[in-house]
Amino acid sequence: MPGDFATEILGQSATKSSVEALRSELGLDKHPIPRYFEWLSNVFQGDFGSSFSGRSKVQGDQGDRSRLVVELIIPRLKNTLFLTGVSALVAIPLALLLGISAALYRNSVYDRSATGFSLVTVSSPEFFTGYIFILLLATLFPVFPTIANVNEDTSLIDRFYLTALPVFTLTLVTMGHMMRMTRSAIINILSSEYIEMAKLSGASRYEVIVKHALPNAWAPIAQVITINLAYMLIGSVVVEFVFNYQGIGRLMVGSVYNRDIPVVQACALIFASTYVILNLLADLIGIISNPRLLYPK
Amino acid sequence: MTSNNKKELLLKMKNIHIDGFSDERWHKILKGVDLNLYRGEILGLIGESGAGKSTMGKAAMGYTQPGCKIIKGEIIFNGKDLAKLTEFEKRKIWGTKISYVAQSAAASFNPAHRLMEQTISAANRAKINPTDVLRKDAVQLYESLQLPDAENIGERYPHQVSGGQLQRIMTAMAMSPRPELIIFDEPTTALDVTTQVEVLSAMRSIVDKFNTAAIYITHDLAVVAQMADRIKVLRYGEEVEESETREMLSNPKEEYTKSLWSVRSLIKPEETNDDYMLSIKNIDAAYGSSKVLHDVSVNIPRGKTVAIVGESGSGKSTTARVITGLLPQTKGEIIFDGKKLSPKLEQRSKEELRRIQIIFQMPDTAMNPKQTVDEIIGRPIEFYHGVKGKERETKVIELLKMIELDETFLDRLPSELSGGQKQRICIARALAANPDLIICDEVTSALDQIVQEGILKLLQKLQKDLGVTYIFITHDIATVKAISDEIVVMYQGKVVEQGLKSKILNPPHPDYTELLLSSVPEMDPDWLTNLLNKRSS
Repeated sequence: MPGDFATEILGQSATKSSVEALRSELGLDKHPIPRYFEWLSNVFQGDFGSSFSGRSKVQGDQGDRSRLVVELIIPRLKNTLFLTGVSALVAIPLALLLGISAALYRNSVYDRSATGFSLVTVSSPEFFTGYIFILLLATLFPVFPTIANVNEDTSLIDRFYLTALPVFTLTLVTMGHMMRMTRSAIINILSSEYIEMAKLSGASRYEVIVKHALPNAWAPIAQVITINLAYMLIGSVVVEFVFNYQGIGRLMVGSVYNRDIPVVQACALIFASTYVILNLLADLIGIISNPRLLYPK
Repeated sequence: MTSNNKKELLLKMKNIHIDGFSDERWHKILKGVDLNLYRGEILGLIGESGAGKSTMGKAAMGYTQPGCKIIKGEIIFNGKDLAKLTEFEKRKIWGTKISYVAQSAAASFNPAHRLMEQTISAANRAKINPTDVLRKDAVQLYESLQLPDAENIGERYPHQVSGGQLQRIMTAMAMSPRPELIIFDEPTTALDVTTQVEVLSAMRSIVDKFNTAAIYITHDLAVVAQMADRIKVLRYGEEVEESETREMLSNPKEEYTKSLWSVRSLIKPEETNDDYMLSIKNIDAAYGSSKVLHDVSVNIPRGKTVAIVGESGSGKSTTARVITGLLPQTKGEIIFDGKKLSPKLEQRSKEELRRIQIIFQMPDTAMNPKQTVDEIIGRPIEFYHGVKGKERETKVIELLKMIELDETFLDRLPSELSGGQKQRICIARALAANPDLIICDEVTSALDQIVQEGILKLLQKLQKDLGVTYIFITHDIATVKAISDEIVVMYQGKVVEQGLKSKILNPPHPDYTELLLSSVPEMDPDWLTNLLNKRSS
């Protein structure tokens, strides 16, 4: 990223000395490596620092409106978690249901149309899907609002109503991937010898899929679900932008724009740890669902 | 065995035609085979792979594998034509009236469920008895199949018990609903001989006990001789002949049946010398922290064949890995042609690598499926001898002739070859390096008897012409008799004994060799009975 907070805030006409002064005030003139370790040790103590923006330009001014990064992020994070949580609650069961039923009736018209449609939704970018929803459900048939404008006082019911379109969008872009993966994980297993054995012992089609194939398919399914959860959380940047939703994604984009590094770092840290934690979770599910790993020989 | 006319007919299959779809066209798998089975009778179904015996066995249940279909024929089981029933109606018969025991127990149990749950699942589904009654009955079945810790073994998962135990548990699973017919589809093929004896006797006694009828499918004549009342021979989807077991063994009518019988008669005179091509001395080797070879010493005479025998887990393949340098030993040394070989592959010279070649058990996985025969055989020629162009091609064709194939094979991919041809290509690839020592790791185990014979004859011919030395790793005693000069018996990572073939195969034996040799099925219908009597006395 070219420039820093000082050059960004003071503009092109700023004198060299005023830029220098602001830099030294913010500590931007120090060597990056000690600065990194200082930040790291603060983070371990729970101190994410203060945001650069909103601070007073005059030293000692009583109107300093600079805020702690934590204060800034927490409400935004709550909003994002709400959005992805609701989307996940809609998308995951739906994807599993569709995936299992597509495997059950594979190569039927239902299977072909479900997998075909999911391919379309997976391939469309969020902003496109989002605008299609706006066109259909907000402009042509005004059922839901275009702007998901929530604040701390919005009631739960209103939140559901306001976030309906972003939830639809996130559901649609992630569900296809999960559904296809569930279907193919199960179908992969259907060629195993123990599936033929189950059939020959009189198991019905439903029993073969749900009792014999699915328990062995959890590991790959869990992987794809967690990847999509992480994608929802992080990919909500675009959706939040389209629907002007006050989530952490928008905050990060805005802070990058201002070169408000403490906020950017905190957001990046949250996104990165989300990935790590969710992947860990997927691995744990993989282990728990596999007796070969759970019980020693 | 009394006349069949007095018995009640259980299954009558008439004029069965089944087609299978592969390589983008339909093939005939079965071409009008008849089969009659009476209550309480065991019918042996034998033939090579591709004979259609497994398809026939499954068709007896009215089942065909995906990609296959019954074209015509009747399958009358208990008065009902299974070929005409719907899936739903057939499912009521499967697992309860007819059950199935598959070849690979390890792959046929669902890894996600406990064994007890799977054992009683069919009977449970049909609500034959309350679950706790079924569980108790299963424990009794486990006991009568001589499974260790019958009370608790059902609480384990499939990966927690051995292959032989799994195969017996699958028999218990088949028996749990007390079916009228059990299809055994090569149930002991994947087992060691010593385990096979236990499984065979357990299966035979339980089938006797409940007077269940069975179809026993196998390619091993000696095994079927122990199990079956009658034997039916299939080839290319047609019946060759059928008669009572004793009659069939003593007096086979058809040429083809006779050729099946004669395979095991291949015998080679033994020779040896004191000029060792390779000697390994006091080798220890380990995978990670588990030690698998303990103080192994073996001498391989120049130009001769040494067979290393033992059951799975005895360390025979590990010994091969140590010799090739794939697994460096932790102790001991390898002397090759008078010179010490370094344990690690990377530290051996190209010349040393060239002189020792290996042929693997599974030709399917040992060749790059995207390379043509020309590339597969040509690469070692280029790599070791630096020969290119026209000269390389002449050499490849020469090698193909040596393995009794010709230049029409040059452009073929491994997928366009039969199992025996693939193994021949693997042999040619090893020969291309012009080696002094070839390690053959179970090279005939995956092949049919008649194809096996061809490969073994080829290997012998090559030894005579080229003077190459073989280490022949196998668990099959018939192969050992056919090809070896000397035998090394291994057990649990140790060498039990080494010596001339005649010395090892004739008594007196150490205990383990005795157990191993006596477990090899013989073409005598009373062999198993006599063996069990002898062992229990």
